[in-house]
Amino acid sequence: MEKKIWGAVAMLGLGGLLVACQPGGPKLIDKADTTSDTRSGYSYAEPETQAMQDDDFNNPAMLWADIGGDQWTTVDGEAGKSCQSCHGEAAKSMKGVGAKFPIWDAKLKTPKAVEMQINECRTERMKAQPWKWESDQMLGMTMYVKMQSRGMPVNVDVSGPMKAWLERGKEFYNTRRGLLDMACSHCHVDNAGNMIRANRLSQGQANGFPTYRLKWQKPGSLHRRFKGCNDQVRAEPFKRGSEEYLALETYVMWRASGLPVETPAVRN
Amino acid sequence: MSKKPRIKVPKKAAKGEIVQIKTLISHNMETGTRKDKSGKLIPRNIINKFTCTLNGKEVLSANLYPSVAANPYFAFHVRATESGTFEFTWTDDEGKEIKASNEMTVA
Repeated sequence: MEKKIWGAVAMLGLGGLLVACQPGGPKLIDKADTTSDTRSGYSYAEPETQAMQDDDFNNPAMLWADIGGDQWTTVDGEAGKSCQSCHGEAAKSMKGVGAKFPIWDAKLKTPKAVEMQINECRTERMKAQPWKWESDQMLGMTMYVKMQSRGMPVNVDVSGPMKAWLERGKEFYNTRRGLLDMACSHCHVDNAGNMIRANRLSQGQANGFPTYRLKWQKPGSLHRRFKGCNDQVRAEPFKRGSEEYLALETYVMWRASGLPVETPAVRN
Repeated sequence: MSKKPRIKVPKKAAKGEIVQIKTLISHNMETGTRKDKSGKLIPRNIINKFTCTLNGKEVLSANLYPSVAANPYFAFHVRATESGTFEFTWTDDEGKEIKASNEMTVA
């Protein structure tokens, strides 16, 4: 009898422990490959921040995505074309496109980010003025294009000439820099999940960019985030669209392979 | 680049039903305490007033203060009494008024 009671108590105790563990544990966004330890920044975010991202109305980045949607059909430049003139409905033609970037640019002999593709279309096909990397229009359009791949797995082709860039990006990622003498990997590999002051470090996965950052109070490009990280270790940041950041983008996006595109994500 | 406010009002509602209205607007909400690169204070420019009217009658009015974050979001509930137009007005410190409206049919 006594044994039985103890057994029941032990069971209860274990049950209680299991229940206690669950709500605190990280929530994974529905992801095909849950066996791998690749985790979206979403799973590190506070529940309130996750709720902002989950509700398309509440997500403030949508104000910019709306700009992108408007610009998609806006005729601009001497050629008298809009994005829609060539590509038709974005929901169809851009589905899955954003998940593949960066791609190889045979002309420039560098990886090509979505922002570069947009400006290439604008200057060559539309004969319009290029947009600045961090302008509202560029953020909006990049977001709008990538949004069409939401939920699809990040899938960067790193074969052929991209392989060298992947290696270059990986080297950048693991190179110590700045006064603090820190590499990307020190935070996002060795200490992912730990606190850095009041913030929780994530794996630094880039599947939600352009991301609305509550700190910025607006969305920002991936290269803005790179600059921010470089600044924080007191290193000299590179320019948006520079070869260094394109290599890094190639590596970081490849690292996020299989994670669903979350653009536009919301992070603290 | 001006961004249009986002508004969500149900198109139809039953009489007496309580409906939710959501609004989201883009605004810097400059607090007035930040300094620019030369050390000068950046003047305050926030949305200080938000109102919502139904057919000209006020249903909600709010005063905002500098601790409200950029791109303010409002969600509130209204009892559907009559069909008509909801008008939303945001007023900022520069006196700029941003307006938007949305129809709702009460059956």
